[in-house]
Amino acid sequence: MKKMSVEDKLGTNVFHTDEVNSHIDVDKAYPDKEEIMKVVLACPAACYTYENDTLSFSHLGCLECGTCRVLSHGKVVKDWNYPDGTRGVFYRQG
Amino acid sequence: MSDYNAIIVGGGLAGCSAAIVLARAGLDVLVIERGDECGQKNMTGGRLYGHSLEKIIPNFAEEAPIERTVTREKISIMSEGSCLDIGFGSTKLSATPETASYTVLRAKFDKWLAEKAEEAGAEIIPGIRVDRLIVEDGKVVGIDAAGDEITADVVILADGVNSLLARDIGMKKELEPHQVAVGAKEVLKYSEEIINERFGLKAGEGMAWLTMGDPTLGGFGGGLIYTNKDTLSVGVVATLSDIGHGNISVPDMLERFKNHPSIAPYLEGGKLVEYSGHLVPEEGIHMTPELTRDGVLVTGDAAGFCINLGFTVRGMDFAIESGRLAAEAVIRAHSIGDYSKAGLGYYELALKNSFVMRDMDTYKGFPTILTMREVFEDVPAMVDDIATKLFTVDGQAGQGIIMYIVNTLAQKTSARELVDLITKVLEAF
Repeated sequence: MKKMSVEDKLGTNVFHTDEVNSHIDVDKAYPDKEEIMKVVLACPAACYTYENDTLSFSHLGCLECGTCRVLSHGKVVKDWNYPDGTRGVFYRQG
Repeated sequence: MSDYNAIIVGGGLAGCSAAIVLARAGLDVLVIERGDECGQKNMTGGRLYGHSLEKIIPNFAEEAPIERTVTREKISIMSEGSCLDIGFGSTKLSATPETASYTVLRAKFDKWLAEKAEEAGAEIIPGIRVDRLIVEDGKVVGIDAAGDEITADVVILADGVNSLLARDIGMKKELEPHQVAVGAKEVLKYSEEIINERFGLKAGEGMAWLTMGDPTLGGFGGGLIYTNKDTLSVGVVATLSDIGHGNISVPDMLERFKNHPSIAPYLEGGKLVEYSGHLVPEEGIHMTPELTRDGVLVTGDAAGFCINLGFTVRGMDFAIESGRLAAEAVIRAHSIGDYSKAGLGYYELALKNSFVMRDMDTYKGFPTILTMREVFEDVPAMVDDIATKLFTVDGQAGQGIIMYIVNTLAQKTSARELVDLITKVLEAF
């Protein structure tokens, strides 16, 4: 099968995204690269990217799994909650 | 006087099962669900073993939106470019409702179960996130959602693997990376006929296919394919404590799995209709939280009720049973007017005597095996070597099968390591 980017895969999902408020608070200046790479590699939605020694994060496309929270709570992830009711991803298949 | 007898947080399988049983007994029940409908925040691999739901809704598969009835099992040990399959098809698989298992998609299945709960008399409020539990004098007396407080005699937590609510009141410790795995899954669309032909299935029959080895590059985890009616669920699962082992991202593991030469032909031409991610409890009985306190019970994934044996993965049947037993406990508490931990005592007792705790206890050694490097790195490599030698004829004089195996083992592992591995595996079973 032709390879699809994670972004294109997420494009098939239904999201009612809160464009302004993120339900995850990320410390983009977190100093430990090893910790950063854990969330970069683990996030199924590729919300975390690390390029040129800079961590970027976008909650758009978040699948609300909690992976980054369990891996890095108190480190890269300062605070994590589910999005407000009626916000976030809405699976039609699941 | 409370607003409800019971508030259930989370309209998944545990929550809806509890709601049905409580509503049938005449209790005032409110289910609060984060999604716009029940099921919209949920995802499974996945396969549902039907036995526990049979106790609540006999012959449910006749009306429920199941995808296919599983009659074929397949497990594979994969390495780069190679794949050893073990398949099992039998008319005995799924022969009766009590032994049947079904492929399901949760957005559809949970929505149906929620309708059953409403028919039984439960009230469901969707689109609401519960922010915190209201605790008075050590007793849970209700919930707070965006400042709106609703009270109940008892709250059943069915809020999923993360269960921030159980954590926040100290019933559950923060999850640790070795206790959970992340699953990433694609739902790919085909025609029903193509799936039947490719997997050798009759209409309505399904296959569950679990793999270990290659896509995680030796990391703890594996791949999965479940045949739905006209879609395939294709995914990978990776234990969080081992992320980074092969320096491969979870989305790349999924691509690697899909493009493996033994997997790719099954997937050709599929159209992606959804991409999902979820955490899976993996540590079984070792991660069981406090299950009851005054005015509160914890069920399903929130309680970590799940076992992964490699060839069998169970969580949904545990969720349904724990939801039912929590409801039975609440009915007893209601009849004596005592919703304290003691009054809810039936829940832990019944769980202990049920398959939920008994099976998790039987397989309590399994989580250890699933964190042994040998299982994910050395075993697939040895299997690849031995199978390649067995099936290759190149005109060179061979050594004989036993010597192939002995030599491969000697190259890959020491006798001591091998004995140690076999001992641990035998202990786990």
